[in-house]
Amino acid sequence: MSWLTRLRPKLKFPRRRDTPDNLWHKCRNCGQMIFRKDFLANLSVCSHCDFHERIGPAERFAQLFDGGAHERVALPAVKEDPLHFKDQKKYVDRIREARASTGADEAVAVAHGRVGGVETVVLVQDFAFMAGSMGLAVGEAFLAAAREAIARKCPMVAFTAAGGARMQEGILSLMQMPRTTVAIAELREARLPYIVVLTDPTTGGVTASYAMLGDVQLAEPGALIGFAGRRVIEQTIREKLPDGFQRSEYLYDHGMLDQVVPRRELRATLARLIGLLMLPKPALPRAPLPAPQA
Amino acid sequence: MATFLDFERPIAELEAKIAELRAGAAGKVDIGAEAAKLEAKVDKLLRTTYANLTPWQKTQVARHPGRPHFKDIVGGLIDDFTPLAGDRGFAEDSAIIGGMGRFRGHSVVVIGHEKGSDTTSRIRHNFGMAKPEGYRKAIRLMQLADKFGLPVVTLVDTPGAFPGVQAEERGQAEAIARSTEACLMLEVPLIACVVGEGGSGGAVALATGNRVLMMEHAVYSVISPEGCASILWRTADKAADAAEALKLTAVDLANLGVIDSIVPEPVGGAHRDPAAAIANLGTAIERQLAELADLPGAALKADRRDKFLAIGRL
Repeated sequence: MSWLTRLRPKLKFPRRRDTPDNLWHKCRNCGQMIFRKDFLANLSVCSHCDFHERIGPAERFAQLFDGGAHERVALPAVKEDPLHFKDQKKYVDRIREARASTGADEAVAVAHGRVGGVETVVLVQDFAFMAGSMGLAVGEAFLAAAREAIARKCPMVAFTAAGGARMQEGILSLMQMPRTTVAIAELREARLPYIVVLTDPTTGGVTASYAMLGDVQLAEPGALIGFAGRRVIEQTIREKLPDGFQRSEYLYDHGMLDQVVPRRELRATLARLIGLLMLPKPALPRAPLPAPQA
Repeated sequence: MATFLDFERPIAELEAKIAELRAGAAGKVDIGAEAAKLEAKVDKLLRTTYANLTPWQKTQVARHPGRPHFKDIVGGLIDDFTPLAGDRGFAEDSAIIGGMGRFRGHSVVVIGHEKGSDTTSRIRHNFGMAKPEGYRKAIRLMQLADKFGLPVVTLVDTPGAFPGVQAEERGQAEAIARSTEACLMLEVPLIACVVGEGGSGGAVALATGNRVLMMEHAVYSVISPEGCASILWRTADKAADAAEALKLTAVDLANLGVIDSIVPEPVGGAHRDPAAAIANLGTAIERQLAELADLPGAALKADRRDKFLAIGRL
């Protein structure tokens, strides 16, 4: 036993949370240090470079709903590890770790509340949970959200963020593409709006299904949005990718988005859109038209 | 020249021996007995090999260059085939072929991936990797079928949708999503047949049918075994392990409730006897179409949606 191993157990290592650097947020883009409270007050957008940091469901719901008031929608239980998948690690262990590190059950959460006074169901994907990947749980949650919206006769908003389908659920993850599309078809037949907000990053099978089927397509600035991964494309075409490739602004220029909306304007934009679609008549009766002149 | 897969080596050697024997005898010596013995041996070897293919071996069979492709299948099953090209917005994409024709006398719309069968045609068909315009053509043809009440048959055989800069710019993801949606809106029967490789979203876009058939040695997966291995094992060399874990064979998918029926292939795989494989596929399609023939449009649409909603449910 060396002196170091003898000494180690006696040393008290402060836990990360106790360290003062938690007071500060370092911007992933420009590296500037921002007082965390200010950063959160600025909706997790860097005040120096306007970089939009990824945020999870709790923060998103708080930012979006009127006064932050909302209620979570209970999500259906699904088969866990349907393929008994194991690579270098067991899939069940990967899920367990994701749950421990995020405190969430799965890569998605659904809530309802009012946006601009109109009842709305909102689904948020959580990139922190196994890259937001779409498996049975995400697919079922999407269906549950759509049906909640139909039951409440209200619009559905989906904030997407995912690397794609969850490989560890094999073909069953792929089947979430048609399954979520059924949910969107049901919303359409109920004539209820389905609005997509693409956030960083949204790629693969998620983009190739519910993330691209909105009645209105919005995206946060600078979000990576695409079907194929950059590395795959580079290997295929063997040339450098254009500047800004697969970013929100690039998609906008190519006609794939209605608007790129900064986070500070997102709530107002969604409230306006929802109002236009759900309350098409004027709030106050207009003065009667003048009688036709003889 | 026939292409032999690695695990077919012993079979190839035996067959070469028979050919050699025949050439040596040149009709002057009677080798009937000897050749028959060797042929029986080949037959036995083929049967045992193909009855015990691993998922990775099946992947190789599914990609075999001699396997019947879209054009062979349409040639074998569809009369009066009339190709209909173009997406009316940007281009014609020959990675997906579509058109009208007669199947067992009935007018149908057939849409599917074509991989090509030699270097020139493989390049022309982009190895079966479609671009947005390919999926948009498929949508157009599905809507044409819907308008005239014609059943749709799709033949799925793609490594995946094409990963390229222009494809992304023109909305590859959106095109795939809309194609899947178009499948789900149809009020005519849609029979999807995975005949070779069912590569991820590029396959789903054409495979969201009332019935999904799969050839015995076809594969259908969320990601290629090589892609999965390079992400999860950090090396493409573990493709065989990934193929095993992904559960991508017809038997696996039938057990998971993802496909409805397995179409048997001739001994030694469809590439050994394409005509027999195509005939089996024709019989299977005919049976499925007959089952759906009397359903009204709304019921067909509901049946298709219910089928997908049921997949993977507790």
